[in-house]
Amino acid sequence: MDPLLDLLQQNSNLSISDLSRLLGLPIAEIEQKIAEYEKNGVILAYQAVVDPEKLDADAVTAFIEVRITPERGGGFDRLAQRIARFEEVKTCWLMSGGYDLAIMLEGRNLREIAHFVSEKLSTVEGVISTATRFRLKTYKQNGVLLSQPLNGERLPVTP
Amino acid sequence: MNPPDVSRYIAQHVSTIPKSGIRDFFEVVQSMTDVISLGIGEPDYVTPWKIREAAIFALEKGKTGYTSNLGLPRLRHSITSYLARRFGVQYAADKEVLVTVGVSEALDLALRAVVNPGDEIIYHEPSYVSYNPSIILAGGKPVLVETRAEHGFSLMAADLEAKITPRTKALVLSFPTNPTGGVLSPDELRAIAEVCIQNDLLVLSDEIYCELTYDGVQHLSLAGLPGMRDRTILLSGCSKSFAMTGFRLGYACAPGPIIEAMMKIHQYAIMCASIVSQEAAIEAFDNCAREVESMRNDYEQRRNFVVSRLNEIGLPCRSPSGTFYVFPDIRSTGLNSMDFCLGLLREYRVAVVPGSAFGDSGEGFARCCFATSLTKVRKAMDRIEIYVKKLKETK
Repeated sequence: MDPLLDLLQQNSNLSISDLSRLLGLPIAEIEQKIAEYEKNGVILAYQAVVDPEKLDADAVTAFIEVRITPERGGGFDRLAQRIARFEEVKTCWLMSGGYDLAIMLEGRNLREIAHFVSEKLSTVEGVISTATRFRLKTYKQNGVLLSQPLNGERLPVTP
Repeated sequence: MNPPDVSRYIAQHVSTIPKSGIRDFFEVVQSMTDVISLGIGEPDYVTPWKIREAAIFALEKGKTGYTSNLGLPRLRHSITSYLARRFGVQYAADKEVLVTVGVSEALDLALRAVVNPGDEIIYHEPSYVSYNPSIILAGGKPVLVETRAEHGFSLMAADLEAKITPRTKALVLSFPTNPTGGVLSPDELRAIAEVCIQNDLLVLSDEIYCELTYDGVQHLSLAGLPGMRDRTILLSGCSKSFAMTGFRLGYACAPGPIIEAMMKIHQYAIMCASIVSQEAAIEAFDNCAREVESMRNDYEQRRNFVVSRLNEIGLPCRSPSGTFYVFPDIRSTGLNSMDFCLGLLREYRVAVVPGSAFGDSGEGFARCCFATSLTKVRKAMDRIEIYVKKLKETK
């Protein structure tokens, strides 16, 4: 992978000047590459990774397995896109295996999720079944460990 | 009444060894708080989880006993496979590898196994602080060759040759070099090998930074050059490559009779390296190429950052092709390296190590370790910038 993308995926907050120094490339080249990645849709967005439990203790994350009926001509796409458009849906993947869509859903509380599943998701024509599971605790979010282990004490000066 | 002078009990050859310059500096740093340290000589990474997990698993399985003096056979096999795969050097796992407590022990054993009283052992400076005293403690006479900034701190074959006498027994070679970041080009290494063969020298080749080379430079092991395998003791370990400094796991590879001689000392002095560290090291050598690669990439990027900043600040430095140190020239500030570092530490709370701690030829330089987080490195560079600006204004 382009090390520029690697760096941005670790920390999208790095300044252009930092990126230029780290990669040993001129600022103009970094700007141009980023512009291209954004234009081509390689870079979709820049987001902060937050600890959902610290943000709001009542917030609920649900993982829903959905079975849907594929359609002639479009397969799963039309239905999947329709479901993915809901604001509450944070991630939506077509899966191999025993069900079709894996949906990650975020809600302010249990009621919100329940409402979405029963009122919206299940009523979409073509949805055959749903199985909803809830997050109990987060250990790692987008590659970031939540309980950062103490970075073992280092002596300040060693030979 | 004065306390009795117990120093009369200390052996003469030990009491004459000066205290390491880095220790004096360490005392000052220790007494201060809120210091950003670029003075470390180890990775800032915690050992990759895979390796730590292997150590935990070893404990769970009750692996808490002694091992064979040479080290676990499985580990020796992992080491030889790794060396063959990565650097193309071949050793027999059953009799040409010795697992030690860090490369420091391996170096000590190698010297003690080969040095007769009064033998001259050549080493190059600026370099890691232990070569000179280790040679003395082994009964040898250290003979210094300086490496110079204008040669990128490479060891020039002609400089080496000039120091050889009929009493010269061995060369301690250490590339990539702490503190300079110097590496040898294949031609430079071949020229050195040539001199060693012509003069029948043994080489103790400390290759602890073998995994940390940048710009696509692949480390070339001295033992892999024609005619060198049987006159080389290859010394290395897990500390820098796998961020395992605290595991204290090193190794030596050499022809059987030399390993056997080193083993005698190791057996009576140390017995064996810790079994937990040995078990962890198996995982490191067998399965951690990806982790090494990722750390190397991170170091390389931080190196770029530091080199670009230091040159901009007016402390010229080359971009080192190896290790995780840059060695900027601080002479333009008008200070010697100790005063430069003490001032930086006291006034701006940034620790870098005076070049003079690594030998007289390190005077005029300072060692900055970039194996630390970008946030800290950035802040340290900003503080150094203000410090240098002030020094140059008041000069």
